[in-house]
Amino acid sequence: MLGQQLANGLILGATYALFALGFTLMFGVIRVINLVYGFYFTAGAFIALYLTRNLGWPMAVAFPAAAIASGVMAIGIDGLLLTRLRRVGAPELASLMVTLGAVLALYATATALLGPDIKRFPASVIGAEAMEFAAIRITQAQVLILLATIVLVGGLLALMHGTRLGLALRAMAENPDAAGLMGIDTIRLAALVSFISGALAGAGGVLIGLNFNAIQPYMGEAMMLRGFVVIIVGGLGDIRGALIAGLLLGIVEVLTAGYIASGLKEAVAFAILVAVLWSRPAGLFGRAVTRRA
Amino acid sequence: MSSLIVEGLAVSYGRTEALKGIDLRVEEGQVVCLIGANGAGKTTAMRALSGLVSPRAGRIVFDGADIAGLRPHRIAGLGLRQVPEGRQVFAELTVAENLALGAWLVTDPAETARRRDRVLARFPRLAERAHQVAGSLSGGEQQMLAFGRALMGAPRLLLLDEPSMGLAPILVDEIFAIISALKAEGTTILLVEQNASAALEVADHAYVLETGRIVLEGPAADVASNPKVVAAYLGG
Ligand SMILES: Nc1ncnc2c1ncn2[C@@H]1O[C@H](COP(=O)(O)OP(=O)(O)O)[C@@H](O)[C@H]1O
Ligand SMILES: [Mg+2]
Repeated sequence: MLGQQLANGLILGATYALFALGFTLMFGVIRVINLVYGFYFTAGAFIALYLTRNLGWPMAVAFPAAAIASGVMAIGIDGLLLTRLRRVGAPELASLMVTLGAVLALYATATALLGPDIKRFPASVIGAEAMEFAAIRITQAQVLILLATIVLVGGLLALMHGTRLGLALRAMAENPDAAGLMGIDTIRLAALVSFISGALAGAGGVLIGLNFNAIQPYMGEAMMLRGFVVIIVGGLGDIRGALIAGLLLGIVEVLTAGYIASGLKEAVAFAILVAVLWSRPAGLFGRAVTRRA
Repeated sequence: MSSLIVEGLAVSYGRTEALKGIDLRVEEGQVVCLIGANGAGKTTAMRALSGLVSPRAGRIVFDGADIAGLRPHRIAGLGLRQVPEGRQVFAELTVAENLALGAWLVTDPAETARRRDRVLARFPRLAERAHQVAGSLSGGEQQMLAFGRALMGAPRLLLLDEPSMGLAPILVDEIFAIISALKAEGTTILLVEQNASAALEVADHAYVLETGRIVLEGPAADVASNPKVVAAYLGG
């Protein structure tokens, strides 16, 4: 029973980590709290739903396609909203308000167009068969979630720490002006970061949609709250911190739901947030002024 | 031939006019210094030359092309390189990574390696600390790294914004020795300093900036003996 709960928690936490990684990457490199981010999560889920249900694509193709489409959408929306705000050096509160307004408008539009009701992937897509390892049941969807998370997180870490482009991103995270002096085109890199983070959010949306088989326009909003918990607990801009905090949050939620009460899982998540910030204002793993992207 | 010609350069931050239309010129192979009190607008001028702030008016002609308003990476690509005020090394990256970033635009690894060897020969301390993060270096070492990083870009014009700021006197001497050595090798340099006596000693030509305007210019020796400069900047 506990083993099963831990496995479920780990799988849920993997999606939280994936989602939070994009959010923390964006904050770490571009230094904006972009509230539109949650919408890319919703977008990914709906695009995958459309591709599988309406076009009959297999999930193995629809999943990366939905992630890429979410990333492209992020380049467009972020470019429109954030490039100008950064160019005029808008205060942080301004970007918070602009992105909040934009995301509410986007959710409302999506609801009007797609309807507020919960939608589901066709049964043939989710793969109902389950495997058993040592009395722990894991569905095919859960296997996909784990594999996708490992591949995407590994890819992101390899990009950041093993490539020239990653070096430029880390330089830009630390000091965008100095990065410009090195000959780095910071606007182009910002677009790349939008793409990567949008794609991670979109991938997260597909995977959560699969995990619970429930898709509706405001699903990104509930996810954003968790995204905040994960990146703040993990330390703003810290990739490894977000990974660990995401996994922990998933496990805590599943254990709370299983052993205490399912209605309390959000309360527990936010109690942890408050406790962590109260005792360690820089986050669980963060140094005070760090941007370990 | 002129490396840099600035005409009527004006920069504002909102309603603050930091530069009110300045003219200056740097000839190839020269060291030109720009001296002035804190807040005179020296850093603003350097940032405008590198494209980090957009000029409100004026022309910046570098190697014959108007670069006013170009984005920083384009200007860096033309060979106008800067050691910014306060060093601004990437503190969380290693010394080697900082140097690699200086040659970001170089696509030929052999060329990058050649430049790195030259920089490390000039600053052996950086070789010893290649795998340490830059934030763990002393102030003097960080300034060497900032120089090395700029030199990795093979500058056709090197901007130095208060390279001696915040350093102990012995290190200040070392910095000016480096500037003299670069000058002897023919590097074209625009040097901003509050340490006016040392700057005027190494420079060929000098400008004095006061609240956004050039109030005096001339051969460095003449500026250094000007009574007003002696009184205001040389502690006379
Ligand atoms: N980012 C900024 N926003 C507003 N005012 C600024 C900014 N940077 C500099 N200033 C103002 O512009 C003037 C010139 O500053 P600066 O170029 O840094 O002078 P210096 O380098 O000669 O000390 C000062 O009055 C300073 O307060
Ligand atoms: Mg200054």
